[in-house]
Amino acid sequence: MFEKIFFLLCLSTALAEQLCRPEASDGYRVRLSIKTALGDEAYVWNDNEMFLFRATLAFAMRNQISGQEFEVSNIIVCDETPRVSFWFVVTSPQNTSQLVDKESVEEAVRKSRNRINSAFLLTDKTLEFIGIPPTLAAPVNPDTPPWLIVFGLVMGAVGAGIIVLLASSVVQKKRKNDEKPDDEEIDEETRVKTVENSAASEGIYNRSFSDDERFTHM
Amino acid sequence: MRLVLPNPGLDLRIPNYEDLNRMDKEEANDRPKWDNKAQYILTCVGFCIGLGNVWRFPYLCQSHGGGAFLIPYLILLVLEGMPLLLLEFAIGQRLRKGSVGVWRAISPYLTGIGIASMLVSLLVGLYYNTLIAWIMWYLFNSFQDPLPWSQCPLNDNGTEFVPECQQSSTVDYYFYRVSLNSSASIADSGEIHWPMVVCLLAAWTVICICYIRGISTSGKAVYVTAILPYIVLAIFLIRGLTLKGALSGIEFLFTPDVDELVKPTTWLDAGAQVFYAFSIAWGGLISFSSYNPVHNNCMQDAVILTAITGFTSVYAATVTYSIIGFRATEKYDGCISENIMTLLNAFGLPEDNITASNYETELNHLNSSYPDTVLGLDIKTCDMHKLLSEGVEGTGLAFIVFTEAITKMPGSPAWSVLFFIMLLCLGISTLFGNIEGVVVPLKDLNMFPKKWPQEALTGTTCVVAFIISILFAQQSGLYWVTLFDNFAGSVPLLTIGLFELIAVVHIYGIDRFNEDLEFMIGHKPSIFWQISWRFISPLIILVILVFYLVTQAQEELTYLVWDPNSVEFPTLASVPYPSWINAVIFFLAGVPSLAVPVYALYRLIFSCCRKKKCIQKKNEPNL
Repeated sequence: MFEKIFFLLCLSTALAEQLCRPEASDGYRVRLSIKTALGDEAYVWNDNEMFLFRATLAFAMRNQISGQEFEVSNIIVCDETPRVSFWFVVTSPQNTSQLVDKESVEEAVRKSRNRINSAFLLTDKTLEFIGIPPTLAAPVNPDTPPWLIVFGLVMGAVGAGIIVLLASSVVQKKRKNDEKPDDEEIDEETRVKTVENSAASEGIYNRSFSDDERFTHM
Repeated sequence: MRLVLPNPGLDLRIPNYEDLNRMDKEEANDRPKWDNKAQYILTCVGFCIGLGNVWRFPYLCQSHGGGAFLIPYLILLVLEGMPLLLLEFAIGQRLRKGSVGVWRAISPYLTGIGIASMLVSLLVGLYYNTLIAWIMWYLFNSFQDPLPWSQCPLNDNGTEFVPECQQSSTVDYYFYRVSLNSSASIADSGEIHWPMVVCLLAAWTVICICYIRGISTSGKAVYVTAILPYIVLAIFLIRGLTLKGALSGIEFLFTPDVDELVKPTTWLDAGAQVFYAFSIAWGGLISFSSYNPVHNNCMQDAVILTAITGFTSVYAATVTYSIIGFRATEKYDGCISENIMTLLNAFGLPEDNITASNYETELNHLNSSYPDTVLGLDIKTCDMHKLLSEGVEGTGLAFIVFTEAITKMPGSPAWSVLFFIMLLCLGISTLFGNIEGVVVPLKDLNMFPKKWPQEALTGTTCVVAFIISILFAQQSGLYWVTLFDNFAGSVPLLTIGLFELIAVVHIYGIDRFNEDLEFMIGHKPSIFWQISWRFISPLIILVILVFYLVTQAQEELTYLVWDPNSVEFPTLASVPYPSWINAVIFFLAGVPSLAVPVYALYRLIFSCCRKKKCIQKKNEPNL
């Protein structure tokens, strides 16, 4: 009796080993870089962590292929290295000697990548599935390019400045033109006064020179 | 050497001392003047300190023996730069005219010098403002987090990055593809890249408003544009010194290599750099000093400006190399980490086995035990020296090296904004002198109607220049800018400088010049100035010019292109220029240089013909 059980156990492990080999056709290599990701807070990789990994992967497979109930025993792991990298294959729950095909596994991992990463506090870069490239985050593209906004502000300020400066020089010119007729009136009065003064001082005052001086234009 | 060529009628063309004193007292309002001395000094400092101080001098310093380069630089600064500076200041202050007016007053045959200065200022101004436009583009794009040059765009099906970006780097891609959309050759103009046109419009409008009323508006603007770069450099210095690896950069910069002093190219490069650093022969300095009061102490100004330029060059170089050191260290650390990961993954070793400290020993150990495997891994050698020397000159420094360094700093958008505002101020303050050197000669040559106010002159010049500079907004714009940089701003400036020295010493007369300086500042210039003006400076310029022409004639003309299809991608490929470029080079370098003799010749023929006609008329019997 015990021999039969022993024999069955040996057979199943042997089968499992046969199914899971490095470079097997339907498996993937996983590599974890815990110390790189977490530094001082890194946890030690042990069998419990491995159990969690297998459970997470079973969860991912359940999400992918609805109806089939994947168990932890369906995820077979081999070729563990001290690097913390290993090979895994997924067996079908209905037939434990048959492997689930590569594409389904890939799809499952892709869909639940985020959940798998968070279970281990890692990221796409530190929990690598060799052969399954992570979907890259699209670069942030705002609707209105921000540079147009800044450009608009700058040009608006500069344009307003130009208009203000031009307007002020036009206004200044107008003021100068307005002042000139006023100057002429004042000159008129002083001229009359000088005539009166000169008449009082009994001299012939030749006005032509003084007029010229007053109307010297800049 | 007291050789003075005959120059009849000189006294009729220039104001004499009594006139000068009278003009100074009366403050004739026809000519603009500075509000105060500080405005004048700041404008000159802004003009001299430009983008070249940030991205040309540090590269020269580092490639010519580090700290040892300072020796030829400082020596030539004093022997070549300072005398020419005083010459331009003094002649402008004495004759009280812009560059064309000054040379025309000395002798009508010499008007060509002023015309040449104007042409050079125009050509240089065109491409310089394009650099400002690029800086503005980066500045406008710095107001977002994350910075656009820190990420690659995805390709169409979103699985990986665009191959051009993947192979080079995010900053390279952003500069060559997104900002400029460069074609692969100068002959391939492609279409006009509209973001660049928009930025060019912004650049020319900003210059227009700053200079719209001449120095009365630009004089106010320099308070900001001349002082802000120093503040920003200080901020970057403090930030830079707190970053890891900054000191290795500074060490790399200043480590003296005394062997370099023996090579002639070091001295020639130092001489050329001093010449361009002082913005001599552009005509702007003559204009600026002509707005000074007559008795302003221009000798003191020349010495102050020389000291400031020397100090700023070293200061900017320190800041630049601290940031370069930081970037190189980051890249080096990244390279080592990558190699460590490769080794760990290949040999399945736990993560702690190989760290940065025992990387070398472990690598050798693994190489000796499993040489084939290690060879198959294709481990890259991480060379700190190479990282410190790559891409550190010219536009590559600002737009590629620095932008990359900034993305690695925390709070990148703020640093990016600061950096590009500093570059903008440096560039704009130089452009004030540039546009002064274009607008004032055009006015003196009566190219504009006399009735037009200053605003119209500035506006017209800016509009015309903007239209011409759309040439640089094409897809081949980058290559045109490099072409202009290499040829418009090199040989012509040296020839003009040489002609200026000869004109003042031998045609105006060094004795008269000395008396003028005595009248203006109270004492004659010392023996140092006499010897430099007469012998040392012209000799240095002549040697640089001849050597430059000889080397240029011998080399095949090549330029660097961004070609994703080339073998060396992402390194820029070196490609020969097409043959029609020789005509363009002649236009850029030859026309301004030849303007002096050609104009003199034209004038000679013109006056000979007039004399002949006059004589003929006299001899004709009265009708």
